[in-house]
Amino acid sequence: MISYLLRRVAASIVVVFGIALLTFILLHAVAPTPGRAVLGDRASPAAVNAFNRMHGYDRSIWQQFFSYIGQLFEGNLGYSYKLNQTVNSLLAENAARSAWLSGISLLLSVAIAVPLGIFQAIKRNSVIDQTLTAATFTAYSIPDNFLGIIVIGLFAVNLGWFPAEANQSESLVAYITDIHSMFLPIMVLTLTSVAGYSRYMRSSALDALAQDYIRLARAKGLTESAILRRHLLRNASLSMITLIGLSIPALLGGNLIVEDLFNSHGLGLLFINELNNEDYPTVIALVLIGGVLTVIGNLVADVALSVADPRIRIA
Amino acid sequence: MAIIGDASQGLPLPLPLPEGGQVQGPRAGWRLALSSFVENKLAVVGVAIVVLFLAFCFLGPFVYHTNQLQTDVLDAYLSPGKGHPLGTDSNGFDELGRMMKGGQSALEIGLFSSLIATVIGTLVGAIAGLVGGFVDAILMRLVDVLLSIPLLFVILIVSAHYGASVIRLSLIIGAFSWLVSARLVRGEVLSLRVRDFVLAARTMGATRNRLIYKHLIPNALGVVIVNITFQVADSINFLAILGFLGFGLNYPQVDWGDMLSNALNSLQDGYWWLVYPVGICLVVVVMAFNFIGDALRDTVDVRLRRR
Repeated sequence: MISYLLRRVAASIVVVFGIALLTFILLHAVAPTPGRAVLGDRASPAAVNAFNRMHGYDRSIWQQFFSYIGQLFEGNLGYSYKLNQTVNSLLAENAARSAWLSGISLLLSVAIAVPLGIFQAIKRNSVIDQTLTAATFTAYSIPDNFLGIIVIGLFAVNLGWFPAEANQSESLVAYITDIHSMFLPIMVLTLTSVAGYSRYMRSSALDALAQDYIRLARAKGLTESAILRRHLLRNASLSMITLIGLSIPALLGGNLIVEDLFNSHGLGLLFINELNNEDYPTVIALVLIGGVLTVIGNLVADVALSVADPRIRIA
Repeated sequence: MAIIGDASQGLPLPLPLPEGGQVQGPRAGWRLALSSFVENKLAVVGVAIVVLFLAFCFLGPFVYHTNQLQTDVLDAYLSPGKGHPLGTDSNGFDELGRMMKGGQSALEIGLFSSLIATVIGTLVGAIAGLVGGFVDAILMRLVDVLLSIPLLFVILIVSAHYGASVIRLSLIIGAFSWLVSARLVRGEVLSLRVRDFVLAARTMGATRNRLIYKHLIPNALGVVIVNITFQVADSINFLAILGFLGFGLNYPQVDWGDMLSNALNSLQDGYWWLVYPVGICLVVVVMAFNFIGDALRDTVDVRLRRR
């Protein structure tokens, strides 16, 4: 167990280092020196050069890379020259909203997808299963942005049940407790992931249903509901753990679109605003954070899986 | 997962077995695959939709002439009616003609970027699988890194900086979408290398090149083709999101995402024709490619089972 964990952690560190290298290359490809962006179009070339020299952008690419990595080790994610504040403080302002939005939608979609997938697997190839399969397939094919538009059109514009804009309050507590205006953003994010998860859950449950231990459980006379709870649910849910870890980039992407649609102030909206602003240090720091979150998510998922399923530890 | 699930239930093959003494030709596998593909109704529907859309987008403008270069602002927001079956948009451009033009770029970028992604992915996967060792380790770590970062963010950054034409956006989307096909091809190559028929060919003295071109590539082709189809759907989605967020194609080119970007205002003003027709086009095309991909995956599976 310990050696498995150590190997997994070592591999993750290599990947995180690779992510840092990639974001550095990206930053240098799109914005090698920030002088022009900081001083504006009217600044003289000499002033721009002086700024770049003063902040160390005339050093060799290797020196710059090592100082970038050194900064990251200190927990310094860079500086947004456009907003004139550190990326760390931008994160502190925005991360909690996004984390709440993503977290609650993830919880809801797992809570819906697991029973739905198992239900479909038990009733496989019946009319209701095929209807649900068609429905999830359709939801799966609808791009997140159009799904959001349909939901807003129906519930905010036509029916007028919910506002089309997320809570705009400065206070995080107000944002979290305002279920009325957060209902639609959460609904859109949940719908986008339920489709994929329940499709996966259905096939995972079908696999589990075909296993010998289910047959044995039936043979020794367990009731169907006991088989369901004790054997099927636990085994079929295992694969969900990995899937959730793997779907973090998609969750972040969904967050981007939903925050844009509902004007919800979080990391996704920050990314889009700063990309329009050509504030490359900030947007690329967000890429780095997304990558590191994914690595951590995958690591946690693998560890959780090895705790939940002893077979993994032995293999 | 679905593939294993179906196989383990021992579903009967719907295909007749050859009569006694009948010898299957070398291409029987592909013929079998074709017949199983045609049996899947959703796949046929998918192909029909794609063909219809190709005709709608590329032949449509020859039948239905619209001016997508010059406009009259007084024609803005006309409701569907005479002269404009789907009305006009905020600039006074004809919406139906705009949908055709947007479809052209969606299909072009979808196909180009998938081809680019597949070529890169197949090369990387084949090299990793065939060479192995250090090269394999490096390439697979690269795939791990790229799979970890949110690619939508990276594609947005790169296209905001370099994008805004069909070729460039295809290159950008393709350059970041080859990961899945690389992993698939590597896996195929690794598993094919130890299959009996490859061993047999090697025992008979087949050269390395013959093994690669005669045995490995044709057999790994199945998963690659399946992946292209899903990739087209994904690329069209990516483009729709790029355009929606304002980083898509520039005037005079049109993309569906950009057409949707003012949808929220249009909905509030009651201009439904600017929102639903183009959105439905997007969904239907993406769904059609997903249908074809699903059917092709089952088809390749049938071929594998028969082999």
